[in-house]
Amino acid sequence: MKACGTVFKYGDNVDTDVIIPARYLNSSDPAELAQHCMEDIDADFVKNVKKGDIIVANKNFGCGSSREHAPIAIKASGVSCVIADTFARIFYRNAINIGLPIIECPEAAKEIQAGDEVEIDFDSGIIVDKTLNKSFEGQAFPEFMQKIIAAEGLINYINEKG
Amino acid sequence: MGMTMTQKILAAHAGLKEVKAGQLIEADLDLVLGNDITSPVAIKEMEKMKTEGVFHKDKIALVPDHFVPNKDIKSAEHCKCVRQFARKNEITNYFEVGEMGIEHALLPEKGLTVPGDVIIGADSHTCTYGAVGAFSTGIGSTDMAAGMATGKAWFKVPSALKFVLTGKPAPWISGKDIILHIIGMIGVDGALYKSMEFVGDGIAHLTMDDRFTIANMAIEAGGKNGIFPVDDKTIAYLKEHTSREYKVYEADEDAVYDEVYTIELDKLKPTVAFPHLPENTKTIDEVGDIAIDQVVIGSCTNGRIDDMRIAAKILEGKHVAPGMRCIIIPATQKIYLQAMEEGLLKIFIEAGAVVSTPTCGPCLGGYMGILAEGEKCVSTTNRNFVGRMGHVNSEIYLASPAVAAASAITGKISGPEA
Repeated sequence: MKACGTVFKYGDNVDTDVIIPARYLNSSDPAELAQHCMEDIDADFVKNVKKGDIIVANKNFGCGSSREHAPIAIKASGVSCVIADTFARIFYRNAINIGLPIIECPEAAKEIQAGDEVEIDFDSGIIVDKTLNKSFEGQAFPEFMQKIIAAEGLINYINEKG
Repeated sequence: MGMTMTQKILAAHAGLKEVKAGQLIEADLDLVLGNDITSPVAIKEMEKMKTEGVFHKDKIALVPDHFVPNKDIKSAEHCKCVRQFARKNEITNYFEVGEMGIEHALLPEKGLTVPGDVIIGADSHTCTYGAVGAFSTGIGSTDMAAGMATGKAWFKVPSALKFVLTGKPAPWISGKDIILHIIGMIGVDGALYKSMEFVGDGIAHLTMDDRFTIANMAIEAGGKNGIFPVDDKTIAYLKEHTSREYKVYEADEDAVYDEVYTIELDKLKPTVAFPHLPENTKTIDEVGDIAIDQVVIGSCTNGRIDDMRIAAKILEGKHVAPGMRCIIIPATQKIYLQAMEEGLLKIFIEAGAVVSTPTCGPCLGGYMGILAEGEKCVSTTNRNFVGRMGHVNSEIYLASPAVAAASAITGKISGPEA
C-alpha cells in the first residue's frame, strides 16, 4: 500500500477545533465536513487540496476534542496520510479506526516542507520526499492496521473478519 | 515491580494479575458514554456491525448536552437519532432535556461513576471521573460503537506522572488554578499517552468539585486519564450519590513514575491561560490590563455548585461592568435548583448576569455566547484554541470562577481581590 501527493505543512498542537470547527458539528456527513476542513488555520486548504495529498505537522497533532469528525473531515477532503512528530492519543485511535493512515516520524515532520512531493510505503514505513530527494524511516504499518485502512475503518474490518 | 493506581484498575478489568506500561490489553467496561455530537456517528457505525443490540442497557449513558436544547434543525436531527436509539435499545441512562445536564457533571451526580470503574466516553473530558478514583478516558465514536456492542475496549497500559499536592491552598485558589498551573508547567503534551496521578496531603483540602475540575483537564496536558486516591471526602460524596458497590484501588508503594512533580498549594496564585493554548499561563499579577467583552461561568470544568457559590460570593451586591455579557450556566438541573434555593440565581440576575439551562453551548462555540471578531472572553471552560468560542480572531482567557466573576465586574481580567 502506498500514498503519494503534495504536502500541506502545519506546526505544533494542531487541534481538532481548527481541523473541523464545532460550528459545523451539527452535521456528521463526511462530504459536508470536508468542505470546512482546516478552515480556521488555513482558509485555502479546501480550495487547494487534491486527492492523495499529504498533511505534515509537528508535535501533538489532533489535540483537544475527541470528535471523530476531525479525521473523517481530513480523509473526506482527499488526504491520503498525515505525518507528524507526535499525535494526540484520541486522534491517533480515531484516525486508525476510520481508516485514515497516520505515521509518527519526527525527522520527516521536521524536514519535509510545504509543497514537497512525498511518497509513503506503508509496508516498510519509508517516507520519500521526492522534492528534497531524501528518505525517512517512519513506523511500518502492521498487517492488521493495513487491513483496517483497506476496509475503510475498524467496523468494516471486524465485519469482514466475521 | 509495583503498579500505579491506573495500572491496577486496568489489570483487574483485563483479568490479569499484573500489567506493565506499554502492554496492550483488552478490558471490560463498566460504562460507555456518548453525547449528541459523538453518539450519532457511533450509532451509524454500530448499525453496520453484525451484532444484536447493546452489551448492557444499564452500562451505557447517552447525554445530549452539547447543542441542547436543540440549537437548529440539524442538531435536532442528531438528538432525535440518539433518542430513537435509546428507546429502541431500552437504554436506562438516557437523559432528556429536563433531566439532562453537562455529561461530566451529571454522571457522578447520578451515581453512575464509582471508584475502580473502567469508563470510556466519546468526549475528551471523560477523564473527569478520575476524581472519584475511576479509570476513565475519552475515545472516539468508533470505539464507542465497539464498546456499546461488546462491553470491551483495548488499551495500551499507560505509564504515569505523579503530582504531589502539598499544603493548604492559598485564598481563592481552586482546582482550576491548580490544573492550569500544572498545564503551564508541563505543556499541552506534557502528559501525552500517560496517566496523571494526584497524591499528597494537599488533596484533603480540595473539595470533590475541585478534584472534578483537575481530573477534567488532564486531557489538556495530553493525558490519557487523571486520577485521585479515594479518601473520606470521596466516600462521603459516594454515600450521598450512589448505591453502587465499588472497589478501592491504591497505587503500590514501589510503583514507577516517569516523573514526580511537587505542587505547593499554599504558594499558588490565581492563574489565567492566555490565547490560544491552555499552557500559556500567567499568574494574575502578571496579566496586565486586558479589557474583555464577555465572561462565561459554566461547562464540565467549572459549572458545579462550588463554582456557582464562588461566583455568587464575588458578584453579591455588585454589578457587571457596562457592556459586559456575563453568562452563567449551572451544569445540571440539580445544581440549577440548588443555586436557586441558595439564592445564588437572584444574586447573578441582580448583578446583571444571565443564567442558562445546562448546555455545553459556548464552550465549543456552539451557541449561547459566540464571540465576534476581535472580542475577548474570560471563561471558566477548558480550551482557548483558535476559534473555539466563535470568530477565528476572538480570544479566550481560561480562568477560575473567582477570576471570571471578578473580571465581569471590572470589565478587565482581574483577581478576586481587585
